[in-house]
Amino acid sequence: MLHYIGKRLLQLIPVLLGMTFIVFMIIRAIPGDPAQVILGQQASEEAIKALRTTLGLDNPWYIQYFDYLKGLVTGDLGQSLRTRTPVVDEVWPYLAATIELSVFAVIIAIIIGINAGIISAWFQNSWFDYLAMVIALIGVSMPIFWLGLLNQWIFSIELGLLPTSGRLNVRDPIESITGFYIIDTLVTGQFDQLATVMRHLILPGTALATIPMAIIARMTRSSMLEVMRSDYVRTARSKGLKMFWVVYKHALKNAIIPVLTIIGLQMGLLLGGAILTETIFAWPGIGRYIYEAIGFRDYPVIQSGILIVAFIFVMINLFVDLLYSLIDPRIKYD
Amino acid sequence: MIINKNGGVNLGNKKIMSLAFLMLLLISTVLYGCSGGSEEGSEGNGETGGEGESGGEKVLIFGRGGDSVSLDPITVTDGESFKVTKNIFDTLVNFGEQDTEIEGGLASEWEAAEDGLTYTFQLEEGVTFHDGTDFNAEAVVANFDRWAAGDADQFPYYGSMFGGFGDEEGHVIESVEATGDYEVTITLKRPMAPFLKNLAMSPFGIASPTAFEEQGDAFGDNPVGTGPFKFVEWNRNDTVRIEKNEDYWIDGEPKLDEVVFRSIPDNSGRLNALLAGEIDLADGINPSDAETIEGDENLQLFERPSMNVGYLGLTNTREPFNDPLVRQAMNHAIDRQAIIDAFFEGRGEVAKNPMPPVISGYNDSIEGYEYDPEKAKELLEEAGLGDGFEMELWAMPVPRPYMPDGQKVAEAIQSDLAEVGITAEIVSYEWATYLEKAANGEADAFLLGWTGDNGDADNFLYVLLDQDNIGSNNYTYYENQELHDILIEAQTEVDEEVRNDLYMQAQEIIHEDAPWVPLAHSTPLLAGGSNVIDFKAHPTGSDKLSSVDLE
Repeated sequence: MLHYIGKRLLQLIPVLLGMTFIVFMIIRAIPGDPAQVILGQQASEEAIKALRTTLGLDNPWYIQYFDYLKGLVTGDLGQSLRTRTPVVDEVWPYLAATIELSVFAVIIAIIIGINAGIISAWFQNSWFDYLAMVIALIGVSMPIFWLGLLNQWIFSIELGLLPTSGRLNVRDPIESITGFYIIDTLVTGQFDQLATVMRHLILPGTALATIPMAIIARMTRSSMLEVMRSDYVRTARSKGLKMFWVVYKHALKNAIIPVLTIIGLQMGLLLGGAILTETIFAWPGIGRYIYEAIGFRDYPVIQSGILIVAFIFVMINLFVDLLYSLIDPRIKYD
Repeated sequence: MIINKNGGVNLGNKKIMSLAFLMLLLISTVLYGCSGGSEEGSEGNGETGGEGESGGEKVLIFGRGGDSVSLDPITVTDGESFKVTKNIFDTLVNFGEQDTEIEGGLASEWEAAEDGLTYTFQLEEGVTFHDGTDFNAEAVVANFDRWAAGDADQFPYYGSMFGGFGDEEGHVIESVEATGDYEVTITLKRPMAPFLKNLAMSPFGIASPTAFEEQGDAFGDNPVGTGPFKFVEWNRNDTVRIEKNEDYWIDGEPKLDEVVFRSIPDNSGRLNALLAGEIDLADGINPSDAETIEGDENLQLFERPSMNVGYLGLTNTREPFNDPLVRQAMNHAIDRQAIIDAFFEGRGEVAKNPMPPVISGYNDSIEGYEYDPEKAKELLEEAGLGDGFEMELWAMPVPRPYMPDGQKVAEAIQSDLAEVGITAEIVSYEWATYLEKAANGEADAFLLGWTGDNGDADNFLYVLLDQDNIGSNNYTYYENQELHDILIEAQTEVDEEVRNDLYMQAQEIIHEDAPWVPLAHSTPLLAGGSNVIDFKAHPTGSDKLSSVDLE
């Protein structure tokens, strides 16, 4: 097992290296000069030239690339061209905000998605099955932008139940320790603040959860349908076992593996792909951080931001692979 | 295949149980959150959050589109930074409440010598910086020394407004001296007409010398000025929090206890937050939402006096726009009033000059090109293009106050042009790409605009249309030696009347050459709760909130 993990971690190196190279080349291939963008429309020619020199943008690309790699090896993710702050120092709050939101969204997606999938498979061709799958289809095709604004309008403005945006009540802020407000408020025992934080999570969380929820539901359904037809399920049922246990205990265990894979992939997508949700709900997350960096041609932030997200993505998938053997002992890694 | 039921499943059960327990924990947390929702549902609409804070505090939450870059105003050029620093720092002289006339600031009085080369400022006494440092002539000198010792990369606005740094030839400031405890004398190398207007700009806020010497580069994260509010904290991309300066040197100000600037990037999302009572003020209101706001008794609409211009630039070096006749024809072919009515919801006025009427030197005697397709066709005929031509029309990908919806404005222009036989294909690029390609002269015709920095004619005419600025802000590559001479002369002319005359002439030349189709001077909109008192939107886009109050 340890051997396997070690091997997988070693495989990470070429993957991430290749990724840094691709990102590096792509962002330099698009037109737009960071110095010009940073200094604004007012800037004089000399100012732009001076800034290009300071930022090292005058060097040939391969020198810039190797400088960047050299920095990475020593744990230096570069310095934001715009804020002049090292990426390492400023990235954590964004990352924490996104992780909190994505984990929340994934939990919603898993709970609802898996159960909807199971019940649809259990009562195949029932009205519930049809309804759930139609909703899933709508969910997959729903533009988050529209859904988000609609939810804001219904739940915040019309019903006054939930806040429209942000992470906390700005009039009554929370002292942040870890960057995860749920953990901060739990640890310090501020339960009313915990409730506020949870309420702020609901709208962006459900908006973000919609697509993965739909995908998980469809995947669970088809995987369950397959397993439900297998012999051991028939045996279990003929033994007189309650249907609920047959489905949730026996069948689910075998059906869950492909669903886990999907969950792992979706979780990774959420981390980087939450830009729209983060924009509508003013969530100060890493998606928006990178997205805005693209607008400003803030090369180090784009490169390192994507690197961090990619790293987490790969780690989640490694974790999911390890989970397989936990759930299904027949799967062994050597 | 039958699974081995001994061992494997039993072992698995334990793990599943622990997983299930974890799930249960999470679900219960979620449910707790939901139940909290209904109990405290009204909280969001309340004045203050209740718990932990005293109820009487006046906290104003200002929702805006983006975050600040740095809170050290001299290091930045973006409006979102100035919006905050305007309230932390004071400048030597100030703009008027809603115009760009010069008023006293940290300098209560000043005197300019006849030759326009020496300015003597009498400073306010008894002012202290937020860190307790005394504000006096030495502090002012220390700020100017810091700026002059920088470079274009560190302090971009200093370079562009005062012509350079240190010993550089273009640098207009010869010396800044403390000629008394509370008297500062600034000597210039040559007269500079907009000198005081430049000093009133937000980037030139006076900072505490103790603080910027101690903090160095970190000053932008811990700004210290003399302004009405003190810096508290900054959560990037989220909120900047400033609190009342109890010792502010103007009696009775500020009225608010705290101001929070909150970034909500999406215009509709920001309006939703305002409607839900989560923010008190919102900028970047779409003109199309104005009616909703005016119809809501809980809200009020604020108009920012216009100091901008939106235009269609015609790249003068590209065929057929190298021919002035074709450019004039374009001016006649486009129905600007219709565009303003449709996409600015009537909140703007038709532009005939490259700068708005509020700026002194505006030439109102110029007759704008009227909408006249027949005349346009005649001009095209005269230019030998009676059969029309094909062109690319660039549409801005982002909304700006001077151009709320580039795509739709481009479509309107496209159909106007079709009337006179010109086939325009609309193209668009991501914003940074758009600006770079336009600056390279790659566009035939492009939509763009400008918001003034200091309310001076030079800041429009010279910056946008002088040949010196080809490759930067003169995107049309328009070149005219006569105009250049006039604009350069106006820069050093201190007699206001003579100077205005020069700008009037300049506008006539520009009108004749028609390098642009000036479209509109728009009125940017803000909205606030009906409990917001005395908010006055400033044309520069940075609003001083010291006299604002909450009911």
